[in-house]
Amino acid sequence: MAEKEVKLMKGNEVIAHAAVRCGCDGYFGYPITPQSEVMETLMELKPWESTGMVVLQAESEVSSINMVYGGAATGKKVMTSSSSPGVSLMSEGLSYLAACELPCLVVNCQRGGPGLGTIQPSQGDYFQACKGGGHGDFHLLVLAPASVQEMYDFVGLGFDLAFKYRIPALLLADGAIGQMMEKVVFSPQLPRRSDEQIAQECGSWAACGKGSRKERNVATSLFLQPDELEVLNDRLQAKYREIEANEVRYEEFMCDDAEYILVAFGSSARICSATVEMAREQGIKLGLLRPITLYPFPYEPLKQMAERGVKGFMSVELNAGQMVEDVRLAIEGKAPVTHYGRTGGVIFNPESVLEALKTNLLK
Amino acid sequence: MKETIIIAGFGGQGVLSMGKILAYSGVMQDLEVTWMPSYGPEMRGGTANVTVIISDKRISSPVADSYDTAIILNQQSMDKFESKVKPGGILIYDTNGIITPPTRTDIEIYSIDAATECARLGQAKMFNTMILGGYLKIKPVVEMEYVMQGLKKSLPERAWKFLPQNEAAIQHGAEIIKKVR
Repeated sequence: MAEKEVKLMKGNEVIAHAAVRCGCDGYFGYPITPQSEVMETLMELKPWESTGMVVLQAESEVSSINMVYGGAATGKKVMTSSSSPGVSLMSEGLSYLAACELPCLVVNCQRGGPGLGTIQPSQGDYFQACKGGGHGDFHLLVLAPASVQEMYDFVGLGFDLAFKYRIPALLLADGAIGQMMEKVVFSPQLPRRSDEQIAQECGSWAACGKGSRKERNVATSLFLQPDELEVLNDRLQAKYREIEANEVRYEEFMCDDAEYILVAFGSSARICSATVEMAREQGIKLGLLRPITLYPFPYEPLKQMAERGVKGFMSVELNAGQMVEDVRLAIEGKAPVTHYGRTGGVIFNPESVLEALKTNLLK
Repeated sequence: MKETIIIAGFGGQGVLSMGKILAYSGVMQDLEVTWMPSYGPEMRGGTANVTVIISDKRISSPVADSYDTAIILNQQSMDKFESKVKPGGILIYDTNGIITPPTRTDIEIYSIDAATECARLGQAKMFNTMILGGYLKIKPVVEMEYVMQGLKKSLPERAWKFLPQNEAAIQHGAEIIKKVR
């Protein structure tokens, strides 16, 4: 058996490695802390010399997302990465990509906001990622990695889901996960798809050459006739219902006998898992539910916990209270739901989460 | 076994790479590791620190508020992290540039004159591996065999010619570290 390739790397660095290894066709980006290592690593790897993948520094985030738009329209596996202010600039492009039902991968290594904010980690873009981030009725499929290994794995998963549903996938990380080094195991190198494979797999929608088909494929989001635009919207909504039914992912930690539940994603979930261990040592029956997909959100497992008698829920986020709204929607008033967070790039520690739990719920 | 270490000093002292060598040594010994750097405004102001956790179990939080060991290489870091060492924990510091030595009596304190020693030997770049050697003498969390492997993995191939010097510095660090109390 071949020896596993165990490396010690930053979250941002493995994004680049994962992109090359999963057969990505093109990366278009613009540097911004704390995610600049993504493109830096790609430039070091020079995949244009190995797999033929294109790596291009655009003149702005507006350009990079529109390059992604163009590449995705041809059925290519294309991606970009940025951090919060840069992702705001991409909002318009994301709406167009969603409207044209184009698959792509966008990485947001979040930093503190609003505005130019700080370069320190934050989860302040939950609303932007899950509730819009562009105009019109659309969703991105949002994955929240909580380790360097998941940063690697979710690149491939994000592309797979993006192509399965023809939807832009967003990998919502933060500065902590991006800058942190952990062990990571690499997957084998997959070849990039040939033009023939793309024509076969994406020929029904991609602008990859008309071939022998009667009609050209067109990627457009302009439908001036209301009836026609409503047809598109109905199709999008039907797709979102299908995603909500099939693609919810989450992880439970010590939830079976838990009387209280923390809900946290990404780096916050890592900190909260230590809080759970500390609470258990003190005899507090605490568990952690970690949403892995933020859209679709795991409403059902949370609802079931409330129905089986969990006494309270605390949503723990590096923001002023965003995901807590979804937790409340899931719990439907059956139990108290509270929030604990820090903003501005400040990170809480396991002890302060436990203190907040005692103050907010165990009083 | 779980060891939470903060290494703190000036940018350019090799703080982050010392943490990386230590973390990679843990990987080589098949342990779990996390390496969390400061990359924010403090970095741009000249100071640098990194939290390394080495454990034989899955590591939950990569963020810590208190440390088993603090390796302190300037006064600013002493002011910031002396109070963050767990009772019974270890504080190691280089005396160079320290105006106010540590005062706590509920922790073990060690000093290492690595900066002076490196200057004497004319090997300024061996500073961080010398400190690492001192730390590993006091707290052998990783076996020396794996430290050497971790060292090699942490360095780019062009720097492998310096491996023997670094190995010697690790051994020398173990010899010159002194218990203060």
